Amino acid sequence: MDAKDILGLPKNALPIQEKKSKPPKETQRKPDGISREVYALTGGLAPLMPSVDVNQLKRKAQSENEKITWQWLPFTNSARKDNLQLYHWVRVVNGVPSTGDYSFAKYNKSVDVIKYTDEEYEKYLVDPAWTKEETDRLFDLCERFDLRFVVIADRFPSSKTVEELKNRFYSVSRAILIARAPSPGDVIVHPLVKEPYNVSQEIERKRALSMVLSHTKQQERRDVEVLAEAKRISEARKAAKAAEEPELPVMADTGHDVTDRAAVAAAAADSISPTPSTQFPSATTANPVSETASVVASLRMLQVYLRSYALEQMVQAASSSAGLRTIKRVEQTLQDLGVNLKPKVPTRAVCAEHLELRKEILTLLSLQKQLQYKEAEGSSYRDGSYAETPGTPPPKRLQRAADLDRTFTPDSLSFGGERVGKRDQKRKGPGRSEAPSSPAQSKRPRKYKASE
Amino acid sequence: MLKSSDDSEKKNLARKVKDSEISVPIVYGNIAFWLGKKASEYQSHKWTVYVRGAANEDLGVVIKRASFQLHSSFNNPTRIVESPPFELSESGWGEFEIVITLHFHSDVTDKPLHLYHHLKLYPGDESGSLSTKKPVVVESYDEIVFPEPSEGFLSRVKDHPAVNVPRLPAGVTLPPVPMEDVDKRKRGDTNDHPLSQWFANFSEADELLKLAGARQQVQAHIARLRRQLSLMDGQPPQLKSASDL
Repeated sequence: MDAKDILGLPKNALPIQEKKSKPPKETQRKPDGISREVYALTGGLAPLMPSVDVNQLKRKAQSENEKITWQWLPFTNSARKDNLQLYHWVRVVNGVPSTGDYSFAKYNKSVDVIKYTDEEYEKYLVDPAWTKEETDRLFDLCERFDLRFVVIADRFPSSKTVEELKNRFYSVSRAILIARAPSPGDVIVHPLVKEPYNVSQEIERKRALSMVLSHTKQQERRDVEVLAEAKRISEARKAAKAAEEPELPVMADTGHDVTDRAAVAAAAADSISPTPSTQFPSATTANPVSETASVVASLRMLQVYLRSYALEQMVQAASSSAGLRTIKRVEQTLQDLGVNLKPKVPTRAVCAEHLELRKEILTLLSLQKQLQYKEAEGSSYRDGSYAETPGTPPPKRLQRAADLDRTFTPDSLSFGGERVGKRDQKRKGPGRSEAPSSPAQSKRPRKYKASE
Repeated sequence: MLKSSDDSEKKNLARKVKDSEISVPIVYGNIAFWLGKKASEYQSHKWTVYVRGAANEDLGVVIKRASFQLHSSFNNPTRIVESPPFELSESGWGEFEIVITLHFHSDVTDKPLHLYHHLKLYPGDESGSLSTKKPVVVESYDEIVFPEPSEGFLSRVKDHPAVNVPRLPAGVTLPPVPMEDVDKRKRGDTNDHPLSQWFANFSEADELLKLAGARQQVQAHIARLRRQLSLMDGQPPQLKSASDL
């Protein structure tokens, strides 16, 4: 309305057609009780439906037959043992205050902590690590603090860990329960007897929890990757096994069946083969022996194959847990040894030797890595990371790792003989500082061409 | 009655023998001659692509027929060879991949096997020295493996030079197989093949030797590293300077 005033437009120029009632008249008339602006929020109209049930509003007045007053009265709390009297407002109906206990008293629950006699202590509960006083104190605190062990641990006079306290408490309670029970059958259902407190497990569990809590984002991501890969591998293996099973009883195959199963098995074999994921020093779930077994099964499905193809599959299966970088290193090592990456004469014996050689090279590379890690770990101890690849290692360590590479690889992979040494020196030549401090450079010493 | 014994015999022959893998060593590839003066723009080389036994034996005992899939620019690019020697000769100028499909006899397997060979005409390394006398030869060695041969197949080929048959697992006896009339069959081996002078000899001895040597080296390094690691485990973690290494 005001806007139209400002604009100088005539009021209500456009008639509103929906409503039968006459809106222009109503908008001009300001309703009582509400300011004009507030009323305008509803669109300048009375609401069609009342938004609040009018009957609800005046419920309070229903009990007008009763007279309600509020009085400041004393009260007692049955949960308290000291007869403290406090005051609060009480709703008094017709002069009669409501009866009954303090409404919050029912929440005062406590734990039944076992009480043992001295006799029982001597008979069942003696323990080398705990004196009687300590045990008594523990039980007293347990009762006072309702088995809140963190609080109890704080207040315990000598410093014992929460797990130790728990262990003592539960083993004592358990012993008493068993001792007092008329027959073992009576008490066997008691949770304490059925599942006793396992202190070492608890310590381990809490340690693991705190480790998980302190995981960096990178570690979390890596865990997810490992789990996904493990799942993939186990599923692939399951598929291969499923493909294997029907093979045995069925002898007179039709062409269809065979090709179908071959596809399944081949797919399983394919999915087992290289997953170019990052490297994990901690082993994945797939082990090489079962990988080759499933490859053999899938090859059998094919009925006829080339031995070179079979070797390829076996090699892939054997290196399935290795990252792309490792595979490249294996191939580099083979070249340095003067061995063809793919045998020129793939007979049964040659293929077997080739496969074994590759596996041994994988072992060699992983041992080298282990050695590197051990050296790196020795120089600075990292809390919380258990033999994982250092994400962003401090430059000092990287320098050392680079030095390690230098001294290791020429030493351990001196297949090329003299040429290698010379090559290294060439690289150390003009313009290059002594110690590289970037990961890219630390890789270089490993790659050298034995023949050019 | 004769019929039923025939049927049961057929079933016996079809029975698979486990743990008795049969392998057939083959060599496949091409030989190409430059036509020199007689070369035209589109026919500069005469080449032959083939599959032969690694020691020139007759592959017809296993292979029923071979098909060579040529480049689509050739007439009838799918050439089928029904009997050994399994080879195909043509003339042309281009290098391309040839797919060789081997179909085996019915008692061997129904599944075909594919070989892939890149036809090579030009020498590449020694540039310019094209000679009509010395051909370009590219051969690849491989072995066809039959992991679970049927009894019939096994007994048919167990004495054939083209086929490697292992010692039979204990307790397995093979049914007798009617002797084939050797004279009637045409010779399918390539011993006296016109191109046999260019065939390469593939010996596993060299490769085995090399592999054995390599394995020894790697094993020695592994042993050394293992010793180093076990030494380190004995030591508590301490600061090591680079000069210690």
